[in-house]
Amino acid sequence: MKIKEIPAFAGSEMKRFIGFIKKEFYHIFRDRRSLFILFGMPIAQILLFGFAITNEINNVDIAILDHSKDNTTEEIINKIAASKYFSIKQLITREADIASVFQKGQVKAVLNFEKDFSKNLIKDHKATIQVITDATDPNTANTITNYINAILQQYQKELNKDITIAYQIIPQTRMVYNPELKSVYMFVPGVMTIILMLVSAMMTSISITREKELGTMEILLVSPLRPFQVIIGKVVPYIFLSIINAIVIVMLSIFIFNMPVQGSLILLGLESVLFIITSLALGILISTISATQQTAMMISLMGLMLPVILLSGFIFPISSMPMPLQIISNIIPAKWFIIILKAIMLKGVGMQFIWKETLILLGMTVFFIALSVKKYKIRLE
Amino acid sequence: MGISISNISKSYKNVKTLHDISFDVKPNELFGLIGPDGAGKTTLFRILTTLLFPDEGTATVAGFDVVGDYKEIRKNVGYMPGRFSLYQDLTVEENLNFFATIFGTTIDENYDLIKDIYVQIEPFKDRRAGKLSGGMKQKLALSCALIHKPKVLFLDEPTTGVDPVSRKEFWEMLKRLQQKGITILVSTPYMDEAALCDRVALIQDGNIMEIDTPEAIVKHYPKPIYNVRAHNMYQLITSLKDYEFNHSVYPFGEFVHYTDSRTDFKPMELQHYLESKNLKNIEIHETDATIEDTFMELAK
Amino acid sequence: MKNNKVIQVEGLTKMFGDFTAVDAITFDVKKGEIFGFLGANGAGKTTAIKMLIGISNPTSGKATVAGFDVLTNPNDIKRNIGYMSQRFALYDDLTVKENITFFGGIYGLSRKRIKEKSEALIEELGLENVASQLVGSLPLGWKQKLSFSVSLIHDPKIVFLDEPTGGVDPITRRQFWEMIYKAANQGTTVFVTTHYMDEAEYCDRVSIMVDGRIEALDTPKKLKEQFQAESMNDVFLKLARG
Repeated sequence: MKIKEIPAFAGSEMKRFIGFIKKEFYHIFRDRRSLFILFGMPIAQILLFGFAITNEINNVDIAILDHSKDNTTEEIINKIAASKYFSIKQLITREADIASVFQKGQVKAVLNFEKDFSKNLIKDHKATIQVITDATDPNTANTITNYINAILQQYQKELNKDITIAYQIIPQTRMVYNPELKSVYMFVPGVMTIILMLVSAMMTSISITREKELGTMEILLVSPLRPFQVIIGKVVPYIFLSIINAIVIVMLSIFIFNMPVQGSLILLGLESVLFIITSLALGILISTISATQQTAMMISLMGLMLPVILLSGFIFPISSMPMPLQIISNIIPAKWFIIILKAIMLKGVGMQFIWKETLILLGMTVFFIALSVKKYKIRLE
Repeated sequence: MGISISNISKSYKNVKTLHDISFDVKPNELFGLIGPDGAGKTTLFRILTTLLFPDEGTATVAGFDVVGDYKEIRKNVGYMPGRFSLYQDLTVEENLNFFATIFGTTIDENYDLIKDIYVQIEPFKDRRAGKLSGGMKQKLALSCALIHKPKVLFLDEPTTGVDPVSRKEFWEMLKRLQQKGITILVSTPYMDEAALCDRVALIQDGNIMEIDTPEAIVKHYPKPIYNVRAHNMYQLITSLKDYEFNHSVYPFGEFVHYTDSRTDFKPMELQHYLESKNLKNIEIHETDATIEDTFMELAK
Repeated sequence: MKNNKVIQVEGLTKMFGDFTAVDAITFDVKKGEIFGFLGANGAGKTTAIKMLIGISNPTSGKATVAGFDVLTNPNDIKRNIGYMSQRFALYDDLTVKENITFFGGIYGLSRKRIKEKSEALIEELGLENVASQLVGSLPLGWKQKLSFSVSLIHDPKIVFLDEPTGGVDPITRRQFWEMIYKAANQGTTVFVTTHYMDEAEYCDRVSIMVDGRIEALDTPKKLKEQFQAESMNDVFLKLARG
């Protein structure tokens, strides 16, 4: 029997490569500060977005102006009072008081029931409530409106249960996939994108430029190590760390914020690996154009983080951007990844619905890798 | 198996850093490239170690062309760049191990080559390289450059920023490496180190001014040189510079090195002149030229 | 003429925990003297200098610099000394003139005085053609000479030079030393720290520090006689090897 032998040279190539990766891990684990950023940042960001920067409201003071004072308005008022979101601070009687309660800053919103509310509802199947909010804080105002809508709808549904012709209080619904308006659900995909982007791109570009600064890159270049071995060796540890980061983020959102992941975890994992590789390719590209760690960091922060925050749809909806920015947003890999993440995590869809986005991301990755391999020099100039 | 350089020129950002450089380093020679910062030493080293392309000219290292056979060269040379390029956050042993691995060898395999040097830092093998003194960093960097048994060793300013004791030890190590058959090209801004090389090239502003043994270079100095001293250095220098027959006036430690433009110069005449300038405790006597005197004469 | 000594150091000591970085050093430096302060890396030179320029307090001992006590009047000391280091000297991204103006401003020179000084200085160094160029674009030797002149802009009593001439070509180096001789001749005390022993040969007197103590202090000539050495480098080697 003949045992197939691995050629000797392949063995030594592998040893070289493993030696390189081992060294990279030494760097990572000995630099306490970076290590802290690496793992502290995801946790801090998720918690920050989850708890502090939130769109949820609690016990918002509101005032009621009830021109009707019938059974229906009373039921609605009771429903609102019973929710934990609002507390009714004042009952006012005149339209003129609306301005003054706002001016005194006593309430954030006033509900104005029209005259003969119940009668109108029965007669015309339609009645109107005016929701006036203090829009000095537009975010909160918007949220309050949404919450009140939700309560009214709920009430409407109950009404319509035993009546054949629907009574309509407020038309149209706006909340589909996040009926509780949990803001953390919206932030998790965005934060995950930022973290993976930063960790992968910034850390790789910094670690490559550090070798340039130290002068060790010169020795590596003069050694028999091939350029792609240097690049892959630099990248492998960060793929590993980024995957851990992605897992930590998903775990945090599931266990601390009770966010359900509707779709396949495996698909989520694979898509994340794809995006990590995109980011690493970007990191290598950055390192080829910067000579110092400082430049690499600035380019990573300004060139990657800002577009991700501003143009990826993470915070500002792309559909409400001016046309030129909407077009630009298409070249930002993060945009596609956020779409994919939302689709998998919130909608629970499979590959058949996100193959297009995946393909775009894959194309970008191949492009960046090709470009950085082309730009990576085996010489100093 | 030495180094052969012919007509190498190189420009960087429209400034010519090397002008038509040619010289050979014989196999097993300890060759010094002597010149100040900015003379083009590092550029030449980078061309020879295949890190830069020459604009013009060709060069071979250990028989391989620096452009065409760069892969072969990268296997056969050891290179120690200007700043001791070590991983500061790795220990002494980890650094050495790493460089052994990427060159496809182990510390044990070539231990006898680095033994002399490495035993001096071995007691600190678990210390991070960033915490070593300049002299120890230098020894570690040299060990790393030698770990794959290179045929040719390039040392770019290995003694800069290192104290005199370490400098002396370092040159002793180079002599021993030479005996083991390694060709060594070393650059330095310190003129006094030239005497320790077999042959040297004096380089300034990208031009080679002279190539020879250190003894021959000194012997070729064209004029007698005089050590002059007096009670006030500044007055002495200004007076000598005002002297109509002066050829060169350079402070040189506690003396001024003076050469005269005349062939029939008599020190007594200078003595009288200096006395007329109110200088006291005047001493004038002939001395030997140094590499530095030659360098300045050539660069003038 | 009591205060001919511009630096007086007596039993100056600095401890870091159990470690004695500077061990009871005692020496004087006279007005107009070029004093070399030598030692290997880690011998305690930097710690000693930090105490002399008033940015580090001694553990024990006494020192006066330019007539001021390092412990009680560090700010007066800073006004009366100049400092030039090889690592940091001038701002590469400012022009020659801007650098001069900036450093003149730091030492509180009037605008008129800065203008006079800067014209004189540029003329003396022959920098008229490059006065409006960025310092970063100048050759190393020019930068060092300019940097030295700038450290003298406020007419300090003492100027501290930290490894001033490393790496420059031999001719520029001599021009630099001529500037130092000139400054000393005008009464400025020059305090040179270095671990390049050939630089020590140019000093009037040198001290050599080993492990926190001053092991030798004299003129280069006498030190060479005492140690039967050919150069200061040999003196140092003999001292360091015990």
